Amino acid sequence: MRRAFDEDLQELQNQMLELGSMVGEALARSVDALKRQDMQASREVIRNDMKINEKRFAIEADCLRLIATQQPMARDLRSIAAVLEIITDLERCADYAAGIAKITLMIGKEPFIKPLIDIPRMLEKDLSMLDRALKAFVDRDVDAARRIAAEDDDVDALYDQINNELLAFMLQDPRTVRQATRLLWVAHNLERFADRVTNICERVVFTVTGEMREMNIQEPEEEPQ
Amino acid sequence: MSEPKIQIQDVSYAYGDQQVLRNITLDIPARAITVLFGPAGGGKTTLLRLMNRLNDLVEDGRMTGRILLDGEDIYAPGFDVPGLRRRVGMVFALPLPLPGTIRENVTYGPKLAGLRDRARLDEIVERSLRQAALWDEVKDRLDSPANALSGGQQQRLCIARSLALEPEVLLLDEPTSGLDPISTAKVEESLLILREQYTVVIVPHSVQQASRIADYAAFFLMGELVEHQPGKRIFTTPVDKRTEDYVTGRFG
Repeated sequence: MRRAFDEDLQELQNQMLELGSMVGEALARSVDALKRQDMQASREVIRNDMKINEKRFAIEADCLRLIATQQPMARDLRSIAAVLEIITDLERCADYAAGIAKITLMIGKEPFIKPLIDIPRMLEKDLSMLDRALKAFVDRDVDAARRIAAEDDDVDALYDQINNELLAFMLQDPRTVRQATRLLWVAHNLERFADRVTNICERVVFTVTGEMREMNIQEPEEEPQ
Repeated sequence: MSEPKIQIQDVSYAYGDQQVLRNITLDIPARAITVLFGPAGGGKTTLLRLMNRLNDLVEDGRMTGRILLDGEDIYAPGFDVPGLRRRVGMVFALPLPLPGTIRENVTYGPKLAGLRDRARLDEIVERSLRQAALWDEVKDRLDSPANALSGGQQQRLCIARSLALEPEVLLLDEPTSGLDPISTAKVEESLLILREQYTVVIVPHSVQQASRIADYAAFFLMGELVEHQPGKRIFTTPVDKRTEDYVTGRFG
């Protein structure tokens, strides 16, 4: 029963996965372009963001069409609602990639104040989390989703490390302030990317259980020293 | 939750050999809409009729268990059945206006109960028609024949006719099954007004309707009460797999 609808739901998920891989690729390219200080490739990432936005709107339209024509309930409704949320997160993730590409254009060909080590590490972590989060959605795997969300702490730790390191550079030699600040923005974009992946994990749990809960409650900021 | 308006306690019912309800226990809260839904043949209509003792004359009908209204067993010997039907009104799937005018349809019950005061009757006509979300459409033609109304208006007139007796509970069996979407929306609108004052129990004509109006919903399958939940929950996150399959249209 409802075979056509089941196929539509499957297709919706496939489209979402396609958007996910476009986003992962955008992020990988943006960091790669930064490492190689490749302006051409950075501009390409920025241009490509339009395609990602269009894809997101197309999926959103499909969701609305299915809601209007099929009047989904229960798990079907939760799946479609989750896809709507996830594509929004994915679209924002793509903005972080475009953001990194813009920063690369700002840095230009100016030599790096230090080799990039932790930024590529954050990238690897982000991509791996994104990949597995989308797989957890496909598999409706709540345990995996919870584990992946917990890995956000690792990304935060890398971010803190970069932060401290760059601060040290800036204190030592004020001439590095401009580039160090820009690299800090790059790291910040990568850190936010992982937060968005955590949102995707929340949607996996919601789709399966109907439970809506924040997974990474941020500890209140420490008092300024 | 305060004391339920109606308590259904371990009710089973059979037509001859055919068991249609099995050990149903269900509390129906006052001033809320409780929806009884599920595939055909699940026993919903029978349960609705039992709450009004409409099955008393069914040959071969056998009921066990108890149904309490405000804590009182409505099947106890000597229970006032006409009084029960004044307190518990029923609206059926097919609107059947009485021959006569719109006004006469609404005043029929109160007049039968002995009310003659013209001013009081006028008051009842206006109040009942307002509660049924029909007043604005018919206030200028109360003395025209009820048969001239559209299907949706006729059904709301039947609701008004039940309300004229100032019941405490309103039972509705697929009241919008023959109506177009606009009339359906108007009947649903009137139900949402009524729940502020009455206890409403309804067998809806679709899952979508159930989801729109239910404060509480009970899913029936082959004579069994599978799941009873607040409406907000059962249509988004049902607990039982059978409920899930039914509300998502995977069977039924």
